[in-house]
Amino acid sequence: MTQIIYDGSYEGWLTAVFEIYEYKFKDVAFAKDETSTALLFCNKHFVDTDHAKADRVLNGLQKRLSNSGFSNLYYAFLSEMNQIEETLFRYVQYVLASRINIEQDFSNSSVLNVQKAMQLTGKESHRMKAFVRFKLTKDNLYYAIVEPDCNVLPLIENHFKNRYADQRWLIYDAKRKYGIYYDLENVSTVEMQFDANSSSSKFLAEICDDNEEFFQSLWRNYFKSVNIESRKNTKLHIQHMPKRYWKNLTEKIPDLKSRK
Amino acid sequence: MVHKRVMEKLAILADAAKYDVSCSSSQSTRKNKDKGLGDTGHGICHAYTEDGRCVSLLKILLTNHCIFDCAYCVSRKSNDIKRAAFTVQEVVDLTIGFYRRNYIEGLFLSSGIFDNPDFTMERLVRIVKKLRLEENFNGYIHLKAIPGASEELLKEAGLYADRLSVNVEMPTEKSLKLLAPDKNHKDVIQPMEYLKNEIAGYKEEKKSNYKAPLFAPAGQSTQMVIGATQENDLEILGMANYFYDTMQMKRVYYSGYVPISYDNRLPAIGTPVPMIRENRLYQADWLMRFYGFKVNEIVGFDQPNLDLDIDPKLGWALRNLNQFPVDINTADLELILRIPGIGVLSAKKIVAARKFKKLQATDLQKLGIAYSRSKYFLAFASPFQLRKDLTSAQIKEHILNFQKSKYQNNFSNQLALF
Ligand code: SF4
Repeated sequence: MTQIIYDGSYEGWLTAVFEIYEYKFKDVAFAKDETSTALLFCNKHFVDTDHAKADRVLNGLQKRLSNSGFSNLYYAFLSEMNQIEETLFRYVQYVLASRINIEQDFSNSSVLNVQKAMQLTGKESHRMKAFVRFKLTKDNLYYAIVEPDCNVLPLIENHFKNRYADQRWLIYDAKRKYGIYYDLENVSTVEMQFDANSSSSKFLAEICDDNEEFFQSLWRNYFKSVNIESRKNTKLHIQHMPKRYWKNLTEKIPDLKSRK
Repeated sequence: MVHKRVMEKLAILADAAKYDVSCSSSQSTRKNKDKGLGDTGHGICHAYTEDGRCVSLLKILLTNHCIFDCAYCVSRKSNDIKRAAFTVQEVVDLTIGFYRRNYIEGLFLSSGIFDNPDFTMERLVRIVKKLRLEENFNGYIHLKAIPGASEELLKEAGLYADRLSVNVEMPTEKSLKLLAPDKNHKDVIQPMEYLKNEIAGYKEEKKSNYKAPLFAPAGQSTQMVIGATQENDLEILGMANYFYDTMQMKRVYYSGYVPISYDNRLPAIGTPVPMIRENRLYQADWLMRFYGFKVNEIVGFDQPNLDLDIDPKLGWALRNLNQFPVDINTADLELILRIPGIGVLSAKKIVAARKFKKLQATDLQKLGIAYSRSKYFLAFASPFQLRKDLTSAQIKEHILNFQKSKYQNNFSNQLALF
């Protein structure tokens, strides 16, 4: 068994795939860095992310997959599902070994698992398009904090760029500690520290636009008004709006006055 | 904006608008232009109310003042409630403020009738124009066409809104007469017909000239209130079918009546909202729109109401056992779609996956099919045997027993589909 240690990026993983073939490793396990789950009694192989190698793997895959099959791989990778690197590797082996396109061979377990991972990411990136809540700062920046299970910022960037073409915005992933920032021209990735306690009243008063609190309570009020009490269905509500998202959803945060 | 007053108005006018169930914000083709604000076509639900319905639009009334007295409506003249009205600017500010914060996909604007239909419609049109022309807003806008408004105003509305709707509210003319004495059927059907023709005309023009303006690109929709009056499901679905076929409607919504007043023409306050029936109607509606079912396959004169205990697709299958079993390895997609427990996506997956190998029962479970339900209607290659010995009553009992143990108390008013 060889432990493949790479930097956690998609390119890094593709480089790793190349090298597994290059060095003919048999049994592999992936790790993002040396400290993560060090496997005893096995060889370690360190991967330096290499564009050329990554591209060669991509080219090979592109030849054997449809456009959507090709992008599904990336989606599946971003799911960060348990052991996704191994699953994807088995899938890639199957793709490269087969002379026909195997994307829809759903009775094969790696095809099925890649499909599931892809759907998980797809679903969450769709949800993030819905559940981002911007707040307006005093210097005219719309910022939002999210904590998705899958690494979806790369997938929602264009959506927000097209939609909010005339406002500066920042969407920050508090779990992965990076954000995407749009400056009215381009979107760039930014790494930064962001105050996690950004819904506190002090924080709001200090950095937010004067009307921000008003709009937030308008929205909370609206959310309350449209509920039809005689049709209450908490189970369905939670199914659509899972609790793990609530702390970043304006309508689920109590009004300022009742907040600590 | 004067904060406190606007807050109060929003509470009143959102509350009054919430019984209108249309919420969809998809099927439009408006794109962001000149680096403006927003675009449409994604159909995103941004939040869900505690009753589980989706919130994608800021849904409000311009005003709840009304000169009419429709019995099923909270805003009706004789109801003793707080009245309010937004100014044009307030609606614009609210929409933009909410949209920029990504709370909503756009605006759904309806109104009570104050003064007269044209006066009201003219205001609605002013709001859309301001949003489109002054704010360069490309988000979704659904406008309610006020029955009785003039065609010129309807035309203007169509040039700036994504969707227009005229609610029939009552499935038959007779109940409309009974509950909405100020309205008549013609006032509702006429604008629908006008819109249908305009939509078709502009669509045709767009084909040859891509610069031609959009006209209600998301089409028109309507809503029927269910359970306020005595209509059966045959009448309701027959009406829906007419809207889809003849009026080219994009959607028909069914709104289970929520008793809101003491009026002896209507179910008493405290009568439960017919949520299961409403759900069954939506399921039947899906069968007509996506599964290739004809309305008379779902309900008929011999059986004018949908079963409440089972979904309409299972109901159809049990009445037509002679059509089964279907062999999923050879049958056409249309037939596979008719198997209970198999949805559109799964049916397509089956057709794709069977190119690689002959599918067996274990493969179906992997494809995410409700096998416990579909197994009574499927045939496989050997060694599997079909249980030919069961009657439809027995199958129904098996399925219901299984459901009970699995989904006890899990009645959803959304589309927990097939
Ligand atoms: S006309 Fe419309 S707002 Fe007025 S009472 Fe009838 S349904 Fe209600």
